[in-house]
Amino acid sequence: MTWREPRRRRAALLGLLGVFAGSLALAQGGADRGSVDGRRSSYREMGPALQRMQDDDTANPGMLFVQLGRQLWSRPMGVAGKACADCHEVQDMKGVAARYPAMADDAAGGSRPVDLEGRIGLCHAQHQQSEPWPAESRDLLALSAFVALQSRGQPIAPPDDPRLAPARAQGEALYRTRQGQLNLSCALCHDDNAGRKLAGITIPQAHPTGYPIYRLEWQGLGSLRRRLRNCLIGIRAEPYAYDASEYVALEIYLMDRARGMASEAPAVRP
Amino acid sequence: MTNVLINVPRTARKGEVIELKALIMHPMETGFRPGTNGTIIPRNIIERFVATWNGAEIFSMDFSPAVAANPFVSFFAVAEESGTIAFRWTGDEGFEAEESVAIDVA
Repeated sequence: MTWREPRRRRAALLGLLGVFAGSLALAQGGADRGSVDGRRSSYREMGPALQRMQDDDTANPGMLFVQLGRQLWSRPMGVAGKACADCHEVQDMKGVAARYPAMADDAAGGSRPVDLEGRIGLCHAQHQQSEPWPAESRDLLALSAFVALQSRGQPIAPPDDPRLAPARAQGEALYRTRQGQLNLSCALCHDDNAGRKLAGITIPQAHPTGYPIYRLEWQGLGSLRRRLRNCLIGIRAEPYAYDASEYVALEIYLMDRARGMASEAPAVRP
Repeated sequence: MTNVLINVPRTARKGEVIELKALIMHPMETGFRPGTNGTIIPRNIIERFVATWNGAEIFSMDFSPAVAANPFVSFFAVAEESGTIAFRWTGDEGFEAEESVAIDVA
């Protein structure tokens, strides 16, 4: 190999880079969606094929669950024989999912922060007097996807409820606590190294804009709680029990962190 | 319960090539996975998908255990006459689902 060849190759490479940068600029010009003052929805880290899958309501498999949820919405359930539709109007659900987690009164007379699935579960138990749905069960996810769809495009707007503050602080502390055998915190990846690669995958900024999500890896719909469990297992920490308050605390902090970003449920993620 | 989403244009010009898309909720259990108690979960997949236009078959495919859950099928056809396009899925455990849409060809 002579000395001239690598130089020619370098020139060609520079040319290619120019083309790449040009197409990147073009692509970003048209796709500002999912970005608010530097915060990026992980929608923007996906390839165009997956973005189209999410955007097309007849190709997004999450919409199958929405369709199921729509049927469940008006189906009488439990001892009370009431349907969601007997108390709520669908149009009143607009923006609701973007406000959760929020405070709710539980059966014991106290109040605690609950996420959307928790709220639906409370309604199911208290007002419909039904057997509680297991966590991550299909019907619970379907109803929550149907309710979340009503907030599509709405900005995430956590309530200014002072009673949520302790849980939010707990959530932020958890977010910054190193744990697991890998001794990682959420913040180490999603704040300090977001946008960089982890095994070929872009580390997202972890804004929960599209839950419940249809995750291709799961071959199904899943909640933010399931996603958090995945992360905990990934750093080789022992996940909290499914009904642990730690998840809601983390969710409150994450939703506050994503304040103002557009809801996109049911999102598709790889 | 069948849960299907179909995307077919409601109208088409005669001779136009149209795209037909069909999405169905189904677990597509492979038959190779062990359950929590160690025994194999029995196979439960869609085996065949057939689309007909006014009764005449325009597209069909066999599914395999490698096909993802909630399979999405997209294909093209030439619009020749107005009528009904029917989609039919059949599979393990007596699974049967059918959905049809009307199309106006002018």
